[in-house]
Amino acid sequence: MVRFLEFLGAPGLRVLEKLGNMVIFFYQFLFWAIRPPYKVRHIIKQINFIGVKSLFVIFLTAFFTGGVLGLQGFYTLQKFGAEGLLGAAVALSLLRELGPVLAALMVTGRAGSAITAEIGIMRITEQIDALKTMAVNPVKFVVVPKIIAGIIAVPLLTAMFDVVGIYGGYMVGVELLGVNKGAFFAEMKTSVEFKDIYVGFLKSLSFGVIITWITCYEGYYTGHGAEGVSKSTTNSVVLSSVMVLIWDYFMTSVLI
Amino acid sequence: MIELVNVTKRFGKQVVLDGISMEFPVGKISAIIGRSGIGKSVLLKHLIGILRPDSGSVLVDGLDITKMGEIQLNEVRKKFGMLFQGAALFDSMTVFENVAFPLREKTRMKEKEIRDRVEEKLEALDLSGMGDKYPDEVSGGMKKRVGLARALIQNPDIILFDEPTTGMDPMMETAIHLMIMEAQKRFGFTAVIVSHEIPEIFHVAHRVAMLHNGTIVEDLPAEEFQNSSNPITQQFISGRIDGPIKVA
Repeated sequence: MVRFLEFLGAPGLRVLEKLGNMVIFFYQFLFWAIRPPYKVRHIIKQINFIGVKSLFVIFLTAFFTGGVLGLQGFYTLQKFGAEGLLGAAVALSLLRELGPVLAALMVTGRAGSAITAEIGIMRITEQIDALKTMAVNPVKFVVVPKIIAGIIAVPLLTAMFDVVGIYGGYMVGVELLGVNKGAFFAEMKTSVEFKDIYVGFLKSLSFGVIITWITCYEGYYTGHGAEGVSKSTTNSVVLSSVMVLIWDYFMTSVLI
Repeated sequence: MIELVNVTKRFGKQVVLDGISMEFPVGKISAIIGRSGIGKSVLLKHLIGILRPDSGSVLVDGLDITKMGEIQLNEVRKKFGMLFQGAALFDSMTVFENVAFPLREKTRMKEKEIRDRVEEKLEALDLSGMGDKYPDEVSGGMKKRVGLARALIQNPDIILFDEPTTGMDPMMETAIHLMIMEAQKRFGFTAVIVSHEIPEIFHVAHRVAMLHNGTIVEDLPAEEFQNSSNPITQQFISGRIDGPIKVA
């Protein structure tokens, strides 16, 4: 009986322990983030890595996401004779939902996995310990620039995703399928409110925190050797992606 | 001075350090020897607060670092330099940047001054012209020397060496030992060396301690240590398989 209870309780305790550790890790980030000196050069380097180097994949996925929205939207709206609403449908879908979520998932896949692998390798090759011996706090030196860069880069990438996605929808809807250009933009202008942009911005901001928090944590507390880093990298991508989708649901239900 | 008082450390059910008490005298080279995987590096990491004991105290100049928070501990760590077993170089930085790192992060020195100091250290360790290379472009022995240059760059009061000559050829091994001895004489720092190099370590260290099964079985001046009658010590020094130390 005791064994059975242990069997049931052990995974739950492990999850609780991990959650607790993650909260402590985030507290450490906050503590070191507000303490000077502020490593602006390191933050800019990370914005380049997370943001600038993700641009190509963001542009590519945004264009085709907008394109497919234009395509599907057109055939659906056509049934009701409302093709003119295509611009509004594409823009609202992207701004409120698809832009923030897909941009976050792309960043997780491209930059998040690399963040975990980088920090994990630093851990197993004792580079993290070496920082400590030089009186340099590893959370401040390694983690803080990455999370701040994520908070800055992910909303910017989302904004670009939205713009390129709308352009993709325009290309398919207006240039390919012949929707009236004036109607496309006029309906978009009428339907999109500031709140739609604001909701998308808040989502992307929180996704920036979630992705970098989880990927840094998984790397910082990686297991032993190459296998440990490989497991952490997989865990970080899966956990970040799942958390983005779950958090998206909660934010949508609150902010709708 | 560094002092361990009744330090115990466990990893799971395995007791690695079992109530160890010992001192590392100021301005001397102390060596810790013992079998691979016995916990020498674990002991070394306790001296600088990378690992914290389950019980007991680690006193650095009379201050118990096990009770300190991270900020206070960082102040104490400024007295230290450390060379890691695998050198622990930052692989995204060049050799030059690695050695310059503590100066750039922890001092307000001008770039020209940093450059001069780093070049001087690289030259002293036979690493001239290697500054632009990345750690994965240099040999294992060179990595160790780069790590050594980084540990020495701020002229710390205490330097911890985790197997400083492992993976080096015999000539470089001697050169590194001489360099540690000369630097120690010149700057008077306290050194703690974890090593396997027997009998060379007896010429380098002033004091030698042997760690076995979580305890210090012998802690004596180097000359006395060699002539110790302790069967564990003698078996280890002579490299015999038969004796109180069981070889699996």
